[in-house]
Amino acid sequence: MNTQGNIYTFVYASIMVIVVAAILSFTAINLQPLQEKNVRIEKIQSILASVGIESTVENAEDLFGQYIVGDFVLNADGEKIEGSAFDTKLAPQVKLMLQAKKLLASLRKLSGDEKAGAESKIKELSSERILPVYECKKDDGEFVIIPVRGKGLWGPIWGYVSLEKDYNTIYGCVFAHKGETPGLGADIDKAWFSDPFVGKKLFSNDGDFQSITLYKGGKGSAANAGDSNHGVDAISGGTITSKGLEDMLRDCLSTYEPYFKSQAGL
Amino acid sequence: MSLFSSKDLKLLTNPLNVDNPITVQVLGICSALAVTVKLEPAIVLSIAVLAVLALANVIISLLRNTIPSRIRIIVQLVVIASLVILVDQVLKAFLYDVSKQLSVFVGLIITNCIIMGRLEAFALGNKPWPSFLDGVGNAAGYGMILILVAFIRELFGSGTLTLPSLGEVKIIPQAFYDFGYANNGFIILPPMALIVVGIIIWVQRSRTRELIEEN
Repeated sequence: MNTQGNIYTFVYASIMVIVVAAILSFTAINLQPLQEKNVRIEKIQSILASVGIESTVENAEDLFGQYIVGDFVLNADGEKIEGSAFDTKLAPQVKLMLQAKKLLASLRKLSGDEKAGAESKIKELSSERILPVYECKKDDGEFVIIPVRGKGLWGPIWGYVSLEKDYNTIYGCVFAHKGETPGLGADIDKAWFSDPFVGKKLFSNDGDFQSITLYKGGKGSAANAGDSNHGVDAISGGTITSKGLEDMLRDCLSTYEPYFKSQAGL
Repeated sequence: MSLFSSKDLKLLTNPLNVDNPITVQVLGICSALAVTVKLEPAIVLSIAVLAVLALANVIISLLRNTIPSRIRIIVQLVVIASLVILVDQVLKAFLYDVSKQLSVFVGLIITNCIIMGRLEAFALGNKPWPSFLDGVGNAAGYGMILILVAFIRELFGSGTLTLPSLGEVKIIPQAFYDFGYANNGFIILPPMALIVVGIIIWVQRSRTRELIEEN
């Protein structure tokens, strides 16, 4: 057989492609249930961690059933609608949110028909929004957990922020990322980064939504800026990830403002 | 045909020093910079490269007489990429925590020149068993340098060592910091990794006679 001939080359390449595709598909399909289970357990563990409940891979689901008593979704106006928070995918929601944000920003430059068109588009995007909420009951109180998602430097970042029953003070939070720089932006998933968030407030004393601001340390730190209630330290060398996290919190949590205010009677 | 002749032993031990893929062949430098910020990813990546390199070497060696020369590189690439994808899928299913740490770096294995380099230089012209040994030897040489560089960078850059299943272990005692010692943040940046590798090459060349070139 002429191993250098055209037909041989062509047939060889075709067979190789088919064999490789078959092996990879077979592996992917058969391993998929295991992989999905891993992702699910990880999600459960993150939600539990945001309220300070430690879990292992084995007991995560039991603890979830035990402590998480509420799992529902809201619409953009803060009213409860059909659906489960756990099954709601956040990535498309974040896309809607960023689209609306861009349109809102462009409203200033538009007028007349264009403006009306943009406004109705914003309303339309808003009507498609789904806001997931979890409720947790522990011995030391009841808390609400909000999933958040945004953009880091290299990819998505996400997390869970738990609030006390005043819908204002942060009880705990966990953050995660897909591929931020190790040792720098990737440290948003470390305790030393998320611990300072505990006790910070989302609303100012006058009831305005402030969210959390990340400050460069040292002279520009939160304490120096007089913002101890709403400020935490960013990560040195992880500026873009820190800014992305700040934006993520502001953009995601601001959409819950109607709900928080109605629940807390602010 | 002995299973482990002295020639085979050389295949395993040469890449550890005299023919080290990173310091002598100067291959795989990219990952030596990227994954050595912390120790654990370096360890796990070394093991992953070992699996891919050994298997790829064996597969290409078995196929070596059938591959059409015109698509030689493409076939090698397909084999490497498929193996890396398989490794990634298996990690995601059975070692989820590890796969999360390697998330960015698993793809880097495909671009690692060492693998393509060994396939071209050895597997295409040798039998499966020697190819397997060559793969293991080169992966071991690669892993050794990676772990050494990561050890230095993390120790001096963060004062800790991150080990698999042990997590981050603080090595430099707090007393040092109180005294005024500060972590060398510079060493966490990629250029310093290159300098560390350069210093390793320098030390290795001075101490290993065979590598000193006649001027």
